[in-house]
Amino acid sequence: STRRGIATTGRLNPKVNPGLKKRDELEDMLEERRRSSDARHALRCYAPAVYKGLAPREVSALRGAVLQSDALQHVIGQVSAECGERRELVQEEAAHLLDEMAHRLRLGTVRFFAYVLSKVFKTLFRSVRVNEEGVQRLQQAIQDHPVVLLPSHRSYMDFLMMSYILYTYDLALPVIAAGMDFMSMKVVGEMLRMSGAFFIRRSFGGDKLYWAVFSEYVKTMLRTGYAPIEFFLEGTRSRTGKSLTPKTGLLNIVMEPFFKGEVFDIHLVPVSISYDRILEESLYARELLGVPKPKETTSGLLKARQILREDYGVMHVYFGHPVSVRSLAQGRVKRSQYNLVPRHIPQRPCLAAQALVGEAAFRLVRLQEQAMVLRPWTLVATLLLQNPDGMDLPVLEEQAAWLRRLALSFGAFLDWPDCKPCREVVGAGLALHKNLARVSGGRVRLAVAETPGVGQTAEELAFDRAVGVLSCASYRNQILHVFIRPALLSVALRTANSSRKDEVYTCFNFLWTVFSNEFILCPGASVQDFEEACYLLGKCCAVQESQQDIVMSEGGHATLAFLRALLDPFLQGYQVVCQYLCKETEENLRENKFVPAARNFALQLILAGTLKCYEALSSDLQKNALAALVQLEAVTKVKVIPTQKPVHARL
Amino acid sequence: MASNTDISERQRIAARRLRVVAGHLQKCVQGEGAGVSAQACKTETPRSSPAKATSVPKRRQDIMKWNGWGYSDSRFLFNKKGQGEFTGKRYRLSGMILPSLKDWFEATFGTSLQHKTPATPTLNVSAVPPPNLVEPFVEELKVAGVAASHDPEGRVFRSHGHCLHEIFALREGRIGRVPDLVVWPNCHNDVVKIVELACKYNVCLMPYGGGTSVSSALECPLEETRSVVSLDTSQMNRILWIDEKNLTVHVEAGIIGQDLERQLNESGYCTGHEPDSMEFSSLGGWVATRASGMKKNIYGNIEDLVVHIKMVTPRGVIEKSCQGPRMSTGPDIHHFIMGSEGTLGVVTEVTMKIRPLPEYQKYGSIVFPNFQQGVSCLREVARQRCAPASIRLMDNEQFQFGHALKPQVSSIFTSFLDGLKKFYITKFKGFEPHHLCVATLLFEGDREKVLQHEKQVYDIAAKFGGLAAGEDNGQRGYMLTFVIAYLRDLGMDYYVIGESFETSVPWDRVLDLCRNVKERIVRECKERGVQFPPFSTCRVTQTYDAGACVYFYFAFNYRGLADPLHVYERVEHEAREEILANGGSLSHHHGVGKLRKEWMREAVSTVGLGMLQSVKEYVDPNNIFGNRNLL
Repeated sequence: STRRGIATTGRLNPKVNPGLKKRDELEDMLEERRRSSDARHALRCYAPAVYKGLAPREVSALRGAVLQSDALQHVIGQVSAECGERRELVQEEAAHLLDEMAHRLRLGTVRFFAYVLSKVFKTLFRSVRVNEEGVQRLQQAIQDHPVVLLPSHRSYMDFLMMSYILYTYDLALPVIAAGMDFMSMKVVGEMLRMSGAFFIRRSFGGDKLYWAVFSEYVKTMLRTGYAPIEFFLEGTRSRTGKSLTPKTGLLNIVMEPFFKGEVFDIHLVPVSISYDRILEESLYARELLGVPKPKETTSGLLKARQILREDYGVMHVYFGHPVSVRSLAQGRVKRSQYNLVPRHIPQRPCLAAQALVGEAAFRLVRLQEQAMVLRPWTLVATLLLQNPDGMDLPVLEEQAAWLRRLALSFGAFLDWPDCKPCREVVGAGLALHKNLARVSGGRVRLAVAETPGVGQTAEELAFDRAVGVLSCASYRNQILHVFIRPALLSVALRTANSSRKDEVYTCFNFLWTVFSNEFILCPGASVQDFEEACYLLGKCCAVQESQQDIVMSEGGHATLAFLRALLDPFLQGYQVVCQYLCKETEENLRENKFVPAARNFALQLILAGTLKCYEALSSDLQKNALAALVQLEAVTKVKVIPTQKPVHARL
Repeated sequence: MASNTDISERQRIAARRLRVVAGHLQKCVQGEGAGVSAQACKTETPRSSPAKATSVPKRRQDIMKWNGWGYSDSRFLFNKKGQGEFTGKRYRLSGMILPSLKDWFEATFGTSLQHKTPATPTLNVSAVPPPNLVEPFVEELKVAGVAASHDPEGRVFRSHGHCLHEIFALREGRIGRVPDLVVWPNCHNDVVKIVELACKYNVCLMPYGGGTSVSSALECPLEETRSVVSLDTSQMNRILWIDEKNLTVHVEAGIIGQDLERQLNESGYCTGHEPDSMEFSSLGGWVATRASGMKKNIYGNIEDLVVHIKMVTPRGVIEKSCQGPRMSTGPDIHHFIMGSEGTLGVVTEVTMKIRPLPEYQKYGSIVFPNFQQGVSCLREVARQRCAPASIRLMDNEQFQFGHALKPQVSSIFTSFLDGLKKFYITKFKGFEPHHLCVATLLFEGDREKVLQHEKQVYDIAAKFGGLAAGEDNGQRGYMLTFVIAYLRDLGMDYYVIGESFETSVPWDRVLDLCRNVKERIVRECKERGVQFPPFSTCRVTQTYDAGACVYFYFAFNYRGLADPLHVYERVEHEAREEILANGGSLSHHHGVGKLRKEWMREAVSTVGLGMLQSVKEYVDPNNIFGNRNLL
């Protein structure tokens, strides 16, 4: 049926390039800050427009409203009956959980942050560019409907910046779902709490009471239009620069009040935050290589002051168009399904609702991706990674210009100054990222050591190199979403036995499935993705399509080769994981042992000189590969006891 | 001033007492009359006593509008000075000037009195399709002595109810399929004959009572090719007997509400069934649509009031063998009849409960700071089961609308008092004028209990921030329910179309449903190109143990729209979808008709629908009662 799908839909709706939307202009919001007093900014009159249905009483009564809510009372009753505990005790426990979780927004703290962050941001960034039209749209949305802000997550800076921007533009401050990690930083944690963060435990799978407190807290704020809710669909910071597969837990919670008719509509606002340079750049690379993430501590934060001395270029924040949950659900979810059970009794959402939430999550992450501002450096990093032996500067410039045209024709949101010559643009990127790329003798190459330093083992050298490559890859990864579909098609064209469309699609679909954890590929959309890929490659004259066939065009070699090379590290990395699983002799491989073992396996191959691809060392890639193999049922996961999950190799 | 009201109050009570006494004195006369009226079955004009004369003649067109609501002499208009005015003499508002109506009207709908959309002045008889008559059927009717007519005006009159699209079409002079013949049975036996003949000649019968349907129930189905006969029950309008021992009354089903109530009042009784349409709607119609009355809290809805029903069907007459107050004899067959919307047969006679007239009536009103508080108060009143005869909660828009209908105040003093009240509520009590809303109350019973009851309700209201706002406001609220239907015709003179619709919903859903439906209406209007935000408002009109009845009013200015009726119908459709999605019912008392048929399966499940269909198949296999409502 999918094949028929290609044959018919492909011709019926000529595909419009989804990336080529009109985008808003971006303005530097720090400009004003550089001209006027930060203190006055922090102390100015702050009177944001709020949700039209908000009753002032509700702001102060939030805690009581949550604790006395029918939904929470119901669960408290259940829990107390189940564990034979007195109801008052469970009630107390719920109150305790809520206090641990709840934010305590104080305008004073917000003003303090507004002052400090003004200073910090001015030091760190040359400019922070925001689409002000998006801000205006958001302002309107906040007044009309409960709003959920969904920023991309690349850095700890993200949520500080979000609140800072909203404060600066006089918008209602969001309450932000944050991981418990911050709570270990006593002072900072409390400060964040007072600037609107609320804290949730990383895992609370079986804890019914916790879940009830948490979801009722979020829903109460949403229903009353108390404040915009902000959380990260990706669940955590992406260490790789790619978007992460979205988590749907919180999205489920925030969409439920609509399904149950408790609000007329909810607006989901994707926000794309992109950085010239990410503060956590090399930390991330090390984490991917197995160096544990430093614990969030206040003293650690103080040590991080040295960060302030560096130049992080420009930051971009793009507020997307609000997505109405009502229109998403139109014709998909029957709200009347909730008519027959009191709404405060928890009910599993119907399959249609679950599917809708899952789809919406992917769609929103794609919207985030599409509005990420890409800097010329991402193109340079891409080219440098494909040429590990370095490139002559003129060649690099020439290729970067070529790649720029290709990216633009694929709809990339590329911030490449038109007026400047290519040389200057590439040069600026190299200058900002001098820690990653080195120019010497007219040749550019990645800044990785060639020979071991004094007292450095071969392993340590490989590790250093891997840090360089992975850091660089995190910039290339930012642009992958532009190329991923055509890249999958390029590889499929090479591997398919014939140029018949259906065969090419079969190969495409296989790759698409394998990489469905690695990239944001909406579940069930492989046919659309295939069509989009065909359209894009046809548009840049790399392939020619006929009724039945799809073939490379005469001038298409360079494009297709580039695109294949783009996927190469991933293909290699996945192969290494497969090789490892085939060789692994242990019967009961535990899941938590898998990553170190796979990494070690890859490292040995590198040391032996048989593997050149340092990206194969990335734990992110290894985990994604394993997840794909489990999905493809090449590997099975068996739960033994809750904490240890062995992985059986069954390749 | 205060003493003035006191006096008039005392006078009112005295007059009422006098009526009660007079009623008691009359009762023996009435008892004797019972035999007479049964004999009078055949006569064209059954009674000579003017007090008992029916309010609706056979030629409805003599006193009622052919293309609008109600009596021809009563209508709203803007006079030459641009002031609102209500004509005629029938209502308390009649002949009064409504100084704030124009401003409210123009501000709410963005209209101007310059832009008029007058209706076609007279019915163009030549536009009425010629009747498709089955001659032998007509002949046999004549032999049987049943009055019949194919006069075009009379047929047009019975071709519609009061849905917006029906009235809109008439105003434009558009006439669709109309019945081919009108028959006026005089009694049960006439109906039996008519139904027999209809079966014999395969003629389609459509029962017609008061013509107040708002569900397209009276529209002739377009696909109907047979001769369509409108069976007008208006001449079956006698009270056949009153049984004071059991407090029941046996009435012919064509009687209209106001006649029934007035005649019973004369004997010191009432049924207490007062739907807003009671001036025109008939007893048979109430039974056929499962009607609900304003004072159902004391007297019950129609299903609570009915003791016995006689209905003529193509299979024969259906009725129970006794008048026991409750039975366990399988599913109650009355429930096949009630709500059957004329698809099974004609209700000819009904035995209903009656009550002695209440000794004392008192209106009241309460202002709440917002709608939410008002709903909470009504919920609490229902929880304590202490609802007055009627309690209704209007939202802010309706509250303002009510103000627009305030007649010119006679003295500076009253207007000063009004100003003072407004100041007290908004400034002193801090009520936000754009949020506050008002509940109107009607208490009934003996004086002592009413006062006690009143205190109880006001005490509850106080817990929800409610302030007593006087009897006048309450009384005006109820008075308006009878004239409000006339207002739509005024709107239609100035590019404004609108309608009301209702639902019932569990308590916990009331607020959400009201907000979402109102918002949906606004949204849909905007999306469909309506230039000015619509008037989208609601009120809670009935309370029950487990929920409430909610009424929506919705109207908009259609200037600039190519097909306003289509826009209107889509918006109403979406509003109903929204109601159903929010846990509301398909209808609380208007019925399904043809307007809401598409949702019946969803509303009662496939099996439920099948049950109803199988009843229809048994009772009326040839679809003689072919109005195609409900199923």
